[in-house]
Amino acid sequence: MPPDSQPVAVPAPDVPPSSSPSQPGLSELFFAFAKMSLAGFGGVLVWARRGIVEQHRWMTAEEFNETFALCHFLPGPNIVNLSVVFGSRFRGIAGGVAAFAGLVGPPMVIATILAALYVRYGEIDALRRTLAGVSCVAVGLLLAVVFKMMTPLLKRRDVTGLVVMLAVFVAIGLIRWPLQLVLLVAIPLSLAITILTRRKVKA
Amino acid sequence: MSTESNPIAMLVWTFGLMSLFAVGGANSAIPEMHRAAVDVHHWMTDKQFADVFAIAQLSPGPNVLIVTLIGYSVAGVTGALAATLAMCGPTALLAYYVSRFLERSRHARWPALVQAALVPLSIGLMAASGLILARTSDQSWIAALLTIVAAALAFATRVNPFWLLLAGGILGFAGVV
Repeated sequence: MPPDSQPVAVPAPDVPPSSSPSQPGLSELFFAFAKMSLAGFGGVLVWARRGIVEQHRWMTAEEFNETFALCHFLPGPNIVNLSVVFGSRFRGIAGGVAAFAGLVGPPMVIATILAALYVRYGEIDALRRTLAGVSCVAVGLLLAVVFKMMTPLLKRRDVTGLVVMLAVFVAIGLIRWPLQLVLLVAIPLSLAITILTRRKVKA
Repeated sequence: MSTESNPIAMLVWTFGLMSLFAVGGANSAIPEMHRAAVDVHHWMTDKQFADVFAIAQLSPGPNVLIVTLIGYSVAGVTGALAATLAMCGPTALLAYYVSRFLERSRHARWPALVQAALVPLSIGLMAASGLILARTSDQSWIAALLTIVAAALAFATRVNPFWLLLAGGILGFAGVV
């Protein structure tokens, strides 16, 4: 997840739905999402915004932010959620399926081919070395995203947020407790803290 | 569970459930994928998991496609398809219904609230992902250095990540790492 995907909670003005001038058809949805997806190395979001807002003008920037904020707080792959929500907004369930199929289908074929090649040739020494180098960088990219997402918390001196973050890191990364267990405790706790601190700020 | 004998059912169950708990996206679920694939079900080794993560980063498309690769290594093409649909399906349905519900109550305040509460959790989860992967990938000090340099470049510049991955691959191929 690229860090600039941090959804901005825009206090959306009452934009009439007619602000999106063109209504994409099913095949248009499929191909648009396939194109964004295939262009997106290490994160599709940037391309999705470019395609939906700038190129096709299917949504205004505010509408896009709002939709993405929704998909970001729901569990699961954000961009997959976005494709379904976006497609269904224009063409109902069929639209959701078309956008989803475009986003996931073509890269899934590529991933499957790569997986087959890996199973077959993964033991070749040159390939092992190459992949070792790639995975070092891949881990670095992930860490960069973590730091970028952490920066706003540090800037705000959000101590409770940082403590929650650290607790989850220890529970999952060091103790290796199951995700479900940790989240069933952490989500209500973090929600309660957030609600309490907001109230305090308001008072 | 009787699903232990049927790899496809096991994949669907594992990733279907995980999908609903993947707060903050696919990269947050990496520790849980690692736990399931390496520690619990022994579908792959530590090293293979790190390789699969690298391949997923190298290929285009959403990050979630790492489950396609895990699924393939468990049960071939059917496994790849089953794992991908299981990881995407449940939350896609949820997103569909929630967005329709929100259309009606458009400017509700709670999505922003939930969002704010979940951000620290997903950062913690992604940091854990980084740690787990670094443990297998960064076996030498040069490998660790490469990770740090890549992180610094990706943090401070706007260089396309694909070039960094490519550079890592070349260094690896040349036997530097």
